[in-house]
Amino acid sequence: MADMYGKGLLKGLGVTIKHFMDTYLEDIRWLSRGKHRYYTAEGIDSRKSFDTSGIFTVQYPEERLPVPEEFRFIPFLIYEVNEDGETQDRCTSCGICAKVCPPQCIWIERTSDPDTGRPVPEPEEFYIDIDICMNCGLCAEFCPFDAIKMDHDYEISVYNRLEKNIFNKERLSRPVSYYASIRPTNYAREEAARAEAEAAKAAKKAAREKRSKSGK
Amino acid sequence: MSEEVLVEEKTELEERFPEISRDDRKGYEGFIVPTEKLVEFASVLRDEFGYDFLSSVTGVDYLPEDRMEVVYHAYQTTGGPGLFYKVQVDRDDPVVPSLTPVFPGANLQEREAWDLMGIRFEDHPNLKRVLLWEGFEGHPLRKDWREPFYEGDGKPFKSRWPGGEVIRAEDSNPFNKNVDYPGGFDPEQWTPANETAVYAGVGRLDHAVSETALSNDQIIVNLGPQHPSTHGVFRMVVRLEGETVVALEPVMGYLHRNHEKIGERNTYLMNIPFTDRLDYFNSMSNNFGYVLAVEKLMGVKPPERAEYIRVMMAELTRIVNHLTAIGFLLNDLGAFFTPLLYAFKERELILDIFEAVSGSRMMCNYYRFAGVARDLPEGVFEQVKNLVLHRLSGQVDDLDTFLTDNEIVRARTMGIGVLTAEEAIAHSAVGPVLRASGVPYDVRRADPYGIYDRFEFDVAVRYHGDIYDRYLIRLDEIRQSIRILEQVIQDIPDGPIQEGKPQYQVRVPAGEAYGRVEGPKGELGFYVVSNGKPNPWRYHVRAPSFINLSALDVMCKNYKIADVVSILGSIDIVLGETDR
Repeated sequence: MADMYGKGLLKGLGVTIKHFMDTYLEDIRWLSRGKHRYYTAEGIDSRKSFDTSGIFTVQYPEERLPVPEEFRFIPFLIYEVNEDGETQDRCTSCGICAKVCPPQCIWIERTSDPDTGRPVPEPEEFYIDIDICMNCGLCAEFCPFDAIKMDHDYEISVYNRLEKNIFNKERLSRPVSYYASIRPTNYAREEAARAEAEAAKAAKKAAREKRSKSGK
Repeated sequence: MSEEVLVEEKTELEERFPEISRDDRKGYEGFIVPTEKLVEFASVLRDEFGYDFLSSVTGVDYLPEDRMEVVYHAYQTTGGPGLFYKVQVDRDDPVVPSLTPVFPGANLQEREAWDLMGIRFEDHPNLKRVLLWEGFEGHPLRKDWREPFYEGDGKPFKSRWPGGEVIRAEDSNPFNKNVDYPGGFDPEQWTPANETAVYAGVGRLDHAVSETALSNDQIIVNLGPQHPSTHGVFRMVVRLEGETVVALEPVMGYLHRNHEKIGERNTYLMNIPFTDRLDYFNSMSNNFGYVLAVEKLMGVKPPERAEYIRVMMAELTRIVNHLTAIGFLLNDLGAFFTPLLYAFKERELILDIFEAVSGSRMMCNYYRFAGVARDLPEGVFEQVKNLVLHRLSGQVDDLDTFLTDNEIVRARTMGIGVLTAEEAIAHSAVGPVLRASGVPYDVRRADPYGIYDRFEFDVAVRYHGDIYDRYLIRLDEIRQSIRILEQVIQDIPDGPIQEGKPQYQVRVPAGEAYGRVEGPKGELGFYVVSNGKPNPWRYHVRAPSFINLSALDVMCKNYKIADVVSILGSIDIVLGETDR
């Protein structure tokens, strides 16, 4: 017997109905477990998981998808804070970020010593035109001092882009604790590498001192 | 590559054409053909040597040698390495015989070379600008052409460091906020000069259309720019007899930004994030093609683990692309947004993986020369595994049940927009369009790159060449991608993901390279010429969405105007890549 005309259509509609029903079935399942599927971190996670079914949209801005650690949006500069509350830029104005930046949106003014005129490893000013920045993350990837990193904050729209969208050093700077909070694993890895490098340096120095002492 | 076979063929070819010479510059390959022999050479190569597929045609401006070169990349649809040939012409008056009469697929590419490099192709049936507008001053890819507010021939620009001072394009623009027009210019009264040229392209300027006297005359209809279903700002000028299409000409360039000129200013590394913006659905495979080309020049290879990660990402992006392509095709057919949203649901889950790995959902910028940017973060491998092993095939089956037997879909797509195998090859169609016409040509199998020779998969092929088959073949390919992914998950080794230390300034020896991958939309090629400097001398993208449009006219002819939009949807173009 030939297939009934419209059978394919009905079969397709069955899929739509299944999708429609899944949302409610899922809701009932959550309710029966006494949990909330909406406006909770757990609920958002379940909508992002591989076995999600039914509705999967998120009600922004009440609900927000968590961003993964590697998420990148607009660079920021890191400064260290010591016990006395003094701040020290990690940036040495070596210019690698400005050289590697594909749309060339980074402008760095290097500081020079007023007496000797020689460069000081700290930027006088640091501008990023975030209208031009393409969020590629190459500056953060190739910075030898871990001084520039990509931010997680994606809500930065303004009414007047011509005035507000050139970020200067002040606008770009964030304490190292902020970095540690948004990228904990990267931070831990870099700190470990830094400690290791410093330990190696100290060991080398100690060995050299010892050798020079014994030489006397 | 099988060197012996190549050498043998070379001698045979050289016997046949004693006029040709081998390109013996260091780092170059192929033959240099005298211009007067070019058409004969290309035809013989196609008819007697089996190089029936003209993949890419492009020009290079060798300013220091005062010479222009047109480079042709020919392949066999039965597989194997390619054969490259070139013609060299004087820079002041570059004239080359057109290959369009022999290979219709050269049509748009030759127009592009005329538009951007100013190389004139004799006997081209419709030689006019394609990406820029008629009346544009100069040919921007010539090395001595400079744009307004020119800053330098190569990045990094000098003004950024050490005395950095912000310069904004807006401030240096005499029209500032773009509300002042030059004196005496009224935009309302302005008729662009190229309109007449466009209408001439669809073959009708012999008599003006009278608006008052509608007869049974053929009429010209503009679809677009910005028709809601055209996937971006794209325009088709159609000549109609009743509602039947008689001739069609695609008009594009609305999103043109001269990607290639930007690419020649960039350093090699800087180009990677720019390739993301070509086909913005598939930044991973765009990265792949570009790094392959540069790796060929550098003579480096990524470590094992990086190879596997690359394949994993490329196949995931293929699934993303095909799902959305199907969704948009159904949108074009009038099934408004339900199928598309079902497709988007799976896409979001895959984009979550891209985001976790690369930091961005669409602009991934993930591949590096001889490696990838970073290893898979913790938990991502599990995510991929769950998705591939426990979700995707079920969802594809769901989509299959949902659409394949639907009578409306079948009535609208079966037997519509037919492209025969011969036509597809002649028009240099690639990807699902070519394979749906019965040509089992897939770069992953025909000329394997990366580690694709290790995986077991079938090259999907369908034989009707209509919209329906182009839809079905995408389902087939998703299933094959899942198969490849299963093998990747099983075999992926531990180890480093980058050969050597990551460098921001790579040394690329002088020479040329053509790297190509089977992108989701078809063969995506990057032709890179290096002169040993930090910036590429020539950087060309063989864009599948662009070249597939050469066949649009043939596909639409004799079908109804209502089918045009769905035929376009079945090619699956992305304007970021078409217009570059």
